[in-house]
Amino acid sequence: MPFNLRITPKFWRQFEIDPAHGSFINYRRMWWQCVIVMTSVCLFPLIITTVINAYQYQEVLKSENIAPADRLVSNTARTISFFLEERRSALDFVVRERTLEELSDGRELTRLLYRLKQVFGGFIDIGLINSRGIQVSYAGPLDLQGKNYSRQSWFHEVMIRGVHISDVFMGFRGYPHFVIAIKHDTEDGDYYIVRATIDTQVFNDLARPLNIGPGSDTFMVNGEGVLQTPSRFYGSVLQRAEWTTNMESFHTTVRELDDPEGRAIIMGSRQIDDSPFMFVYVHQTQGLLAGWLALRGKLIGFFVISTLVVIVVILGVCTYLVSAVYEADRRREAVLHKVEYTNKLASLGRLAAGVAHEINNPLAIINEKAGLLEDLIHLTPDFPKKEKAHEIVQSILGSVDRCSTITHRLLGFARHIDVNFETIYLDNLVKNVLGFLEKESHYREIEVKLEVEENLPAIESDRGQLQQVFLNILNNAFAAVEDGGKIEIHINSVGGDQVAVRIEDNGCGMPPEHMKLIFEPFFSTKGRKGTGLGLSITYGIIKKLKGSIEVDSQEGIGTTFVVTLPVKRPA
Amino acid sequence: MRILLVDDEVELVSAMAERLNMRGVNADYVTCGKSAVEKAQECHYDVMVVDLRMPGMDGIEVMKLVKEISPDTGFVFLTGYGSEEQKTASEAAGANCYLMKPVKISLLMEKIDAAAQAACTLSE
Repeated sequence: MPFNLRITPKFWRQFEIDPAHGSFINYRRMWWQCVIVMTSVCLFPLIITTVINAYQYQEVLKSENIAPADRLVSNTARTISFFLEERRSALDFVVRERTLEELSDGRELTRLLYRLKQVFGGFIDIGLINSRGIQVSYAGPLDLQGKNYSRQSWFHEVMIRGVHISDVFMGFRGYPHFVIAIKHDTEDGDYYIVRATIDTQVFNDLARPLNIGPGSDTFMVNGEGVLQTPSRFYGSVLQRAEWTTNMESFHTTVRELDDPEGRAIIMGSRQIDDSPFMFVYVHQTQGLLAGWLALRGKLIGFFVISTLVVIVVILGVCTYLVSAVYEADRRREAVLHKVEYTNKLASLGRLAAGVAHEINNPLAIINEKAGLLEDLIHLTPDFPKKEKAHEIVQSILGSVDRCSTITHRLLGFARHIDVNFETIYLDNLVKNVLGFLEKESHYREIEVKLEVEENLPAIESDRGQLQQVFLNILNNAFAAVEDGGKIEIHINSVGGDQVAVRIEDNGCGMPPEHMKLIFEPFFSTKGRKGTGLGLSITYGIIKKLKGSIEVDSQEGIGTTFVVTLPVKRPA
Repeated sequence: MRILLVDDEVELVSAMAERLNMRGVNADYVTCGKSAVEKAQECHYDVMVVDLRMPGMDGIEVMKLVKEISPDTGFVFLTGYGSEEQKTASEAAGANCYLMKPVKISLLMEKIDAAAQAACTLSE
């Protein structure tokens, strides 16, 4: 049998097995409904849980990265802000505490620079500039005394705002630095400016906290997006990184974006108060993403495996349940049909017996009257047309004999409904059954051959039931063969304790997939003409009589049934 | 040999009696069980051929009553409705033979002779 037929449950081929007696229940649909409902009920929570879990994991992972970024940016920005404020305040103090004369004195200014370096650090030089923009005195590594700043923008800004913190620039010194300038008004309405240069190395150190990982970067940019401190990923000082300036904010902001190289990053930034600087923190999320992808892979794997397991279990359970319902329904239906069939048979039996009885009496009268007539013909020497009359009477008696054979057979067949063991010669029984089919075989010119082994033992079994068995099998054989076909019956003993009846026809045969189904109730290839019960009842009877039935068939060649029955009555 | 035929079908028993008479058997006939018992009281019959199913008294009842009067009378039963139970019941009641209608005269004669023989053996 093909593999697909072996694994397909019986109910799936419901209409193939039972085309004429289709049940009201469509088991395939029932199976589908079960599978759909169970799958929905089981998988819906699984899907929801997986999606929610994935979302929450993603959120947790994000917040675990965003919160530290926020903290780092805020803290560092505050530190830098404090650094600038400290130096601005120091200069403010110097301007207020020292007189113009003191500040104009070069030696005094040098001493002041020395103190500032000692106490605060980060100061490179310091200078005093008068209201005309001329550097009146200067203390530091360069010779900048007498330099005119009146045309520079910062000079005008200080004049207006009173304080100025510059961007980082190269200037005359040739290395990155920035300046803080503070204006001081004098009592006579004039003013002067104290201007100090701050070393960016200190600034760089401040902008690069120690606790950043290899995928992270910190730097400062100005309002135009020019790097004020060197960056690990985006270049050295004074290179441009405009993309960092699109989120200028006096509050710490952290967001996700792609950098110019297309890398996914988390970027935190904060404007430093009263300065052109903005502190920027960048964290590449590739590592973070890899973690997330691994987790997502695991989640998907888990989901797929659990879904498969759930589906396999559901398919198994549904198939088992629907098969059980199907088998139970079929058993119930078969029992109902069998009861109906038995009742029908019993009614038919009663009817046949009644008819036989009613016919037997008039038949007996005809028999006696014809017999009497024959006696009279025989005993009367000069009976007119004696020969002719004798012939007529013989014909009547012959017909009576035929009728009585029929009625006796009817009575014999109708009688046995329950199992009733008696001694039976199977050859006689088969001959008796063949008697029913004699006319058909004659009309259709079917050759029926009966071969019986010599000294065949009699068996103890039920005559009526066996008549039904052989009538069913022979009826099928007659239906299978063409007109002029051949049916051979061999009866022989098997091992002394069994007798086998082999019924072989040269009819149409059947395909292998039908062979497994022919003993199933309601399986019929005769369409509406067959009940599909004949062979299932035959099978049931043979089981009841402790015998066995086997079938072998080849399409187009023929079918052979072998019924084996025990010689002794089964215990 | 004297025999009595009992059957509700008068056409059947009359013809049968006539044919037996032709074969040298002294055969009477009646059409009900009651008449059969009365006949048995009047004279002795070697064998009675009785239909099992008759209106009023059935064959087995007739046999029981006749056996009380004449225990050595043999019985052959005839029936149109053969069944194992009937056969067993009639044989248990003491019938010598059980035949299905219609029956050949030669077979009937044979069974009558056998029943008479058996009844004789029993009475001796």
